[in-house]
Formats: sequence, structure tokens, C-alpha cells
Amino acid sequence: MKSETAMQPSEAAIAPLASRSQWPSFGSLVRRPEMGSVIGLIAVFVFFSIFGGEDFLSVGGAASWLNVAAELGIIALPVGLLMIAGQLDLSVGSMVPASSMTVAIISGHFHAPIIVGVLASLGLGLVVGFVNGLLVIRTRVPSFVVTLATLFALAGLTLGLSIILTGSTSVALKSGPIAKLLLGDYIGGKFEVTLFWWIAIVAIVGYILNLSRYGNWILAVGGDSVSARNAGIPTDRLTIALYMGSGLCAAFVGLSQAILYNSAQVAAGQSFIFNSIIAVVVGGVLLTGGYGSVVGIVLGTVTFSVVNQGIFYTGFNANWASLIIGILLLLAVVMNNTFRNMALTYAARTKTRTRS
Amino acid sequence: MTIPLLKLTGINKSFGPIDVLRDISLDVNRGEVLCLLGDNGAGKSTLIKILSGVHKATSGVMEMDGKPVSFDSPRDASDHGIATVHQFGGTFQLMSIGRSFFVGAEPTKRWGPLVIFDRKRANEIAVREMRQLGITRIDDGNRLVGGLSGGERQALAIARAVHFGASVLILDEPTAALGVKEAAHVLRIVLQARQKGIAVIFITHNVVHALTVGDHFAVPIRGSKAADFRKGEKSREEITDLMAGGEQMAELEAEIESYMTKHEGHPPRVGG
Repeated sequence: MKSETAMQPSEAAIAPLASRSQWPSFGSLVRRPEMGSVIGLIAVFVFFSIFGGEDFLSVGGAASWLNVAAELGIIALPVGLLMIAGQLDLSVGSMVPASSMTVAIISGHFHAPIIVGVLASLGLGLVVGFVNGLLVIRTRVPSFVVTLATLFALAGLTLGLSIILTGSTSVALKSGPIAKLLLGDYIGGKFEVTLFWWIAIVAIVGYILNLSRYGNWILAVGGDSVSARNAGIPTDRLTIALYMGSGLCAAFVGLSQAILYNSAQVAAGQSFIFNSIIAVVVGGVLLTGGYGSVVGIVLGTVTFSVVNQGIFYTGFNANWASLIIGILLLLAVVMNNTFRNMALTYAARTKTRTRS
Repeated sequence: MTIPLLKLTGINKSFGPIDVLRDISLDVNRGEVLCLLGDNGAGKSTLIKILSGVHKATSGVMEMDGKPVSFDSPRDASDHGIATVHQFGGTFQLMSIGRSFFVGAEPTKRWGPLVIFDRKRANEIAVREMRQLGITRIDDGNRLVGGLSGGERQALAIARAVHFGASVLILDEPTAALGVKEAAHVLRIVLQARQKGIAVIFITHNVVHALTVGDHFAVPIRGSKAADFRKGEKSREEITDLMAGGEQMAELEAEIESYMTKHEGHPPRVGG
């Protein structure tokens, strides 16, 4: 067989493997998907350190953007997982106030124990997520439209039921010290406890995406859902589970807000729709799916929060914050595309070196 | 007489009123390369979809090892050992080589109380399997699939199929989008798979590529099997004529037929 000898790898081609060092090279660091968001965060941090002065860098300043980052981050992480899997979830914008109202109506208006209200809120989050997921896989309508529909439906349902049950769009909630301590209080008078929940969720989502086999499934479904299904991945169940995750996390933020502020409003939380998408996209997740990282989502969340809060520490009018965020979003996406393309160029250097 | 690994008898497939495949019968043996040579629209892709479980045949019998089989899904077909590699190979462009190699079959290990994806092992196996197919440029399983060349992606997909124990390997135009050198490499890999005793179904319209690796050839034209022959029975010119001429003849016949039905049975007048 003539092919037998030709197929043996040549000595020269094998050599670079042995000599390759164990440490990641500068090139491989630059190829990390988070690289764009690292640069973006450093840039905005330096910018606001210069213009925001000492107040921005003080403990209070840090708490200001960390608190925003915590609430946004808890939602951005599961929304990011969904986006990596190729789906969007806009309904979080209604899920947050729906959950706030649920806990406030059950435990505030009807005086049920707080645990009942909390569990009902979380249960509602799971149900909404399940419905979202089921609609997306059954109707095959793009998830943007499906969750836009559930966004409005849930907002209407929350408003209608709140008026019927309480006659008001705002309900007070008094919760005990334990519920406060766990879900809605300030530590040291400045830092929200949700910060710790955020850290916990970072760990969980990090485990799912980077360490567990489900991370591989999520990347594969986002990359090519047909091939993923053919490879034996239960894509439908995975999609529903991811939507339930984002519903649950949005519900968590909603109920912790109600407990923190001792009241719930029907119309709070719409800002989470776009803010979560911005955080995730700035963090290097590909909007069409198949690519992204937890570190990136965290960096994107922090970047967004620094801009959003940092503006108050500068002499500028706060109205400019959205302009900065808009420009930042564009820059981040362009930069992320560049770094992604760099990751795709498979070093021809090893080849050329052995040839020379 | 050995029993063919995969045997199709009288396969028909129609989508509504349109017959896409008519009475296709084929034998595929272990350690043999069957080349399906056909122009676009000859029914090659429908045949692949039936073999890989995407479509079900309207009628006809499919047997593996002499036992009738029927695939409900692509997953079902791959459980029977049928692996399909499409023209562009790995489809997960932005996944690492190690990750995409093990999609749906990830190796895991325990890490304290957690079960985690064994990325190191996945990368090692993926790189090793690709090296065995002569892809020596790849030394890092963390690199993205999208950074591979077309031939390397084919090799990755074939390596994956071989690793997971495919007994029938369907290659859908693996060389069509490749340069000359890369195509030659893929052809070598096809021979390597054949040597392992895998039955290879090689779909192409490149007669030279087919003749290089094929043991057995079938030419579908307009959904029917126009020819079925073994290596050495026909020359390259004969096959080319068969593919091109046969297609044109069928086209012409169809034209005349439709003309006649429209014009109450009169054949078209020449120069009229």
C-alpha cells in the first residue's frame, strides 16, 4: 500500500509538540474571548478614576457600582448562558416586578409568612421560564419574539392582578430580620447582600459552563442546534432548563428588591431587559450563540455598572451615561469581534518555524 | 458469499407527488469504499439523508448485517454505527477541538463532590486521533475548530466517527471545497478508514477522486441507479460520459415527454 508510508507523520512536524512550553503564551492570552472586555473595563475604570476622583475610588463609590453589578449580574449570567445557547430572554424585564409583586402581595398584603411569598416568587420564575422554553421549542418562532410576547403578557398580568387583589400598583412589604439579612440588607451600611448571591451564582454558572459537560452542550446547541441534536444532546430539555434558570434568577432579584426596599412596584425592572443584554454582549458573548464565557459576562456586568454609576462621581450631567454606554457597546462588540477572529486564526507560526 | 454490512433493496422516496429516489439497491461491504457519483439533483443527498436517519424511505428494505433496520432519527442511525460527515466537516466553528470532538459524549471525572468534564483527556484524545490521520499541525486541543483548514475539519470529523466506532462512514462531498493537496490528504484518510474495516460511502462528482479510492461505484441519475460497477470495469472517460451524458439524455427525454403531453402526443417539430 503506497499510502501506508505517506501517512506517517514526519519527524519535523512532530518536533514542535515536544518543545512547546507548558505556560500559556502571550498569543493564547490575547486569544481569550474575555480580552476585549478586560480592555474595556480597564478603560472605563481609568476614565472614571480620573474624572470621578477620590469619591469614585472610595468604599462608597465601589459599593455604588458593585450593588448595581450584583443585581444586574444575577440576571446577566443566566441570560448569558441562554445567549451562548443561541436564545434571548427579554421577559426578565417583567419577571423582576412580577416577582416583587408576588412576594409583596402574598407576604405583605395577605400577611402570609415571608417564606411562602419567597417560594411562590421563585416558583413563578420557574413557571415563566418553563413556558418561555416550551414556546420557543414548540413554535420555532425566534426567541426574541416569543420572550417579547411573554414580556408584555407578564407585565399585563402583573398589573391586572395587582389591581384586582390590592387595588394598587404599589404594595408595602415588611419582612423579618432573617429574611432581611439573607435577601435584602446592606452590609456595613453600604454593600447589598445580593453581592454574595451574585458571587454564588457566578460560581454555579461557572461550574455549569466551564467544568460540567452541560457547558459543552450549551456551546454546541448555540453553535449548531441541528448537529447538537444529532450528536445526542437533549436540546429541547436543555433550552427549557436554561429559560427556567433565567426565570428563577430574575425572580430572585425581584423578591430581594422587594425585601430590600420594603415595597414593590408594578413598573420596576424594565431596565434589566437591555442592561442584561448589554452586559452579556460587552462581555464577549456572541449574540447569535456558540461563544462566550462567564468571566466575560462578569466583566461586562462590572463595566456596565461602572459607567452607569461612575457618571455620578464626575462633574458631567448624568444624562450622558447612556451615550457613553452606547459608544462603549459598539466599541466592545467591534473589539470582541477582532479578538474572536484572532482566536480563529490557528497559529501558522509553528508550521512556518519548522519549515524554515 | 459474505453478507454485506449495509444492503439497500428497492428503496423509493417521494416527497408528495415528486419521486426523488426510484428503486435504489446497493450493497456496502466492510473495508470497501463505495463511490456515489452523481451530478446535483441526482438524489445523492436524499439517499444520504435516508441512510443517516434524517428521512425515512417511502418503501424498500434497509438491512445491516442481514437484519432489517429502520432509523427513526439521526441519533438512531449513529447508534447503529452510521456516521455522516458533511462537506464542511465540524460545524461547531467556535468550539475548541477537544470540546467539539466529544459533543454529546463528554468524558468526565470526579473533582471533589463534583463531576466535571475532563477537558485535558478530551483534548489529548482529539489531538491524538487527528495525528493518527496525519494531521500533525494540531498540537493543542484548546484551539477553535474554525481555525482549521477545510481538510483538517474533515479529518477531525472522520477521526471523531472512527473514535466512536462507526462501522459505516458516509462522506458527503468531502473533497469538493478543498484544494488539490488537501483533497489528496482526505483521500488518504478515506483509505485509512477503509483499512480499519469501515465501510465508506464516498459521495462526489469528481471522477478522479472516486477512481483513486473507490472499490465499487454507483451512478444515480434523476433518482434511479443508472450504473453499478466495480473497480477496473469502466474507464474514467466512460464514467464521465455516463454521468454527464446520462444526465443530459434523461433531461432531453423528460423535455420531449412533457412536450408530448402538452401537445396531444405530437413530438416536437425540428426547425418549426
